Amino acid sequence: MAQSSGFGGALYEGLTIGQKRAVTAWLFLALPIVFYALVRFYPTAQAFWLSLTNWNLLTAPGFIGLANYQRMMVDPVFWQVMGNTLLYLALGLPLSLGLAFLIAYHLDRVRVGHAVIRALYFIPHITTAVAIAWVWRWFYQPVPVGLFNEVLTVVGLPQQPFLRSTTQALPAVLVPAIWSLLGFQIVIFLAGLRAIPQSYYEAAAIDGAGSWQILREITLPQLMPTLVFLCVLTTIGLLRIFDIVYAMTGGGRAAPGGPLNSTKPLVLYIYESAFSSFEMGFAAAQTVVLFLILLAITMIQLKVSKK
Amino acid sequence: MIKAWMSRSVAALALTLSIGVGAARAQVVEIEYWQYTFPQRVKAINELITKFQQANPQIRVKHTDLPYNDYRTRIAAALPAGQGPDVMQLFYGWLGDYTRAKLLQPLPADVFPPARIDAEFFPMVREMKVDGQYYALPTAVRSLALFWNKRLFREAGLDPEKPPQTLDELVEMAKRLTRRDAGGNLTQAGMAVDPAAQDHHWWREVLVRQFGGTPYSADGRTVTYTSPQGLAATRFFADFFTTHRVAEVGFMTDQVTQFRSSRAALTIDGSFRLAAFDGQRGLEYGVTTLPTHNGIASNFGSYWVNAITTKATGAKRDAAARFLAYLVSPEAMELWLREVGELPARVEVASTPANANHPKYGPFIRGLETAVATNFVDETAQRQIMIDFVDRLKIAGASVEAALAEAARAEQALLDRANSPR
Repeated sequence: MAQSSGFGGALYEGLTIGQKRAVTAWLFLALPIVFYALVRFYPTAQAFWLSLTNWNLLTAPGFIGLANYQRMMVDPVFWQVMGNTLLYLALGLPLSLGLAFLIAYHLDRVRVGHAVIRALYFIPHITTAVAIAWVWRWFYQPVPVGLFNEVLTVVGLPQQPFLRSTTQALPAVLVPAIWSLLGFQIVIFLAGLRAIPQSYYEAAAIDGAGSWQILREITLPQLMPTLVFLCVLTTIGLLRIFDIVYAMTGGGRAAPGGPLNSTKPLVLYIYESAFSSFEMGFAAAQTVVLFLILLAITMIQLKVSKK
Repeated sequence: MIKAWMSRSVAALALTLSIGVGAARAQVVEIEYWQYTFPQRVKAINELITKFQQANPQIRVKHTDLPYNDYRTRIAAALPAGQGPDVMQLFYGWLGDYTRAKLLQPLPADVFPPARIDAEFFPMVREMKVDGQYYALPTAVRSLALFWNKRLFREAGLDPEKPPQTLDELVEMAKRLTRRDAGGNLTQAGMAVDPAAQDHHWWREVLVRQFGGTPYSADGRTVTYTSPQGLAATRFFADFFTTHRVAEVGFMTDQVTQFRSSRAALTIDGSFRLAAFDGQRGLEYGVTTLPTHNGIASNFGSYWVNAITTKATGAKRDAAARFLAYLVSPEAMELWLREVGELPARVEVASTPANANHPKYGPFIRGLETAVATNFVDETAQRQIMIDFVDRLKIAGASVEAALAEAARAEQALLDRANSPR
């Protein structure tokens, strides 16, 4: 046996048990590392390089330095989509987390039909975004198709343009996005609430704490890790919002993200630059910016959570 | 007993087949053809391939169709890797990009003599000539015409056989054909105008010229529609939405649905729409040439072309040239007109009495005489600028001057970027 294992085998035989364990661990780790290097890190590095070129898919990429970044700085559409993206985040994060907590907090106390209600809240999360988007798109139509305008006219209010307005379109797109986010957030919040030891509540009750005080002093601090986790995930999700905007504002023959770019998030502008205008370098430069923003936000949130 | 007989005969059949295939494979050249997915085009090409293979048994054509949105990405990924088509379809506006990227080879001059092509095809096809060599040829070309709904004309008290001939008549009739309910909501559009469909072409190459302007400078690098003439044309276009209120963007989702469902009385579209309108039960419509103005007729032409890629060499290149020659033959053009509804690219085929006087194709074919093909740098983005123009008027409440200036600024930036040295 020993003769057939050769030089490598001899080397392995000479290791201590601890070293052998390490070798085994690295062997198992090698597969995901190679996989990640190939499908994650290499394309990411490639995107950094592409952002310095004028690649149009057809011809070989030519190096143009920081021209794509300079163009971004003076491109009014870039700043508009940046503003839209931050607006999606600024509205979507507090609204969705607030609602999800409120629902989870009360759902936690419901004993009858708890599982059924929880499942109902979870359903939007597993529904395809495109299906959600199209149903909501019909809700927003003018009469006779649109449900919301139908209701408005019945109660004697004027019709609203919703998706055909530069001011109402973004919130109108955000509502179904939040709705589909809720399911996941509620389930995570519920798990967090269940994880708080019952004894804390009992102790507080004995000390005579009111329900508001219990919420502030026990429930919320204990939920902090859950909250940070959901904050990071929701922030990343909202900054990368794409499918629901694409399906709710595109579809026809007009480019998605309208009217007048008022609903266009950064990821959609990246997509358009890359696959409609074929300006791969410009698109890559925007992804680099998005990457840096996501990195910064995640760092900050992790730092906050450690406190 | 029967089982044994069957298995023997199946074995014999398989043997014969494999010998046959083996013998044929020795001399058959297989080439690949790519186009984008559009049911009528796919069907037409399949029929043409069947006929071509009957006449040329030594060539096999493998036909692939890809979703329009992925088309360029897939071509760009495949060709440099030595995969993909030997003969492919592309939009005329893409030729510059593809030749610069050295993805196409010039058509062999012995099969396609440039002088003969100059003489036999419609003039706009000359755009496919780079340094005296043709790189691509169309089977069919497109132009625009005016569609009108005869039933809605009758209901409005207009003569159903007298469509508008001039822009002034067009506006007058559109006003009479518009219906709104008590709440002021549009229920029937006098004219379906939608910059996202064909109307941005109508504005750019037809209206601007009819009002005495030009959309772009002669080299195509400068926007010139902000001239007083261009502004007048734009104001005429904007009036459909603002002053006359005969059209609304997004009414019945899009312009084609409006006309199909008899909710719009007039619309401008291409001959490729005939099949859809003909398939609509209860839709009684006619086609006529675009209205003139100041005695000026103009039209917008566009086309998809077939080209040989640099992947095809040796025997494959010869087979590819042969197939392409068949795709642009009069026979293929007739079949394409019947199946797809696009107009023959050869003058001789288009102007046969049967085609030129055809009640539906005729107006399009007559339109080809004045058709101009826009030198687009990014058609989607340039169309979007017109969509945004109308949104600025209707949603943001901008004046025509301000909205046009904004459109010109955006488009000039686009042209500058495309024409900057790479």
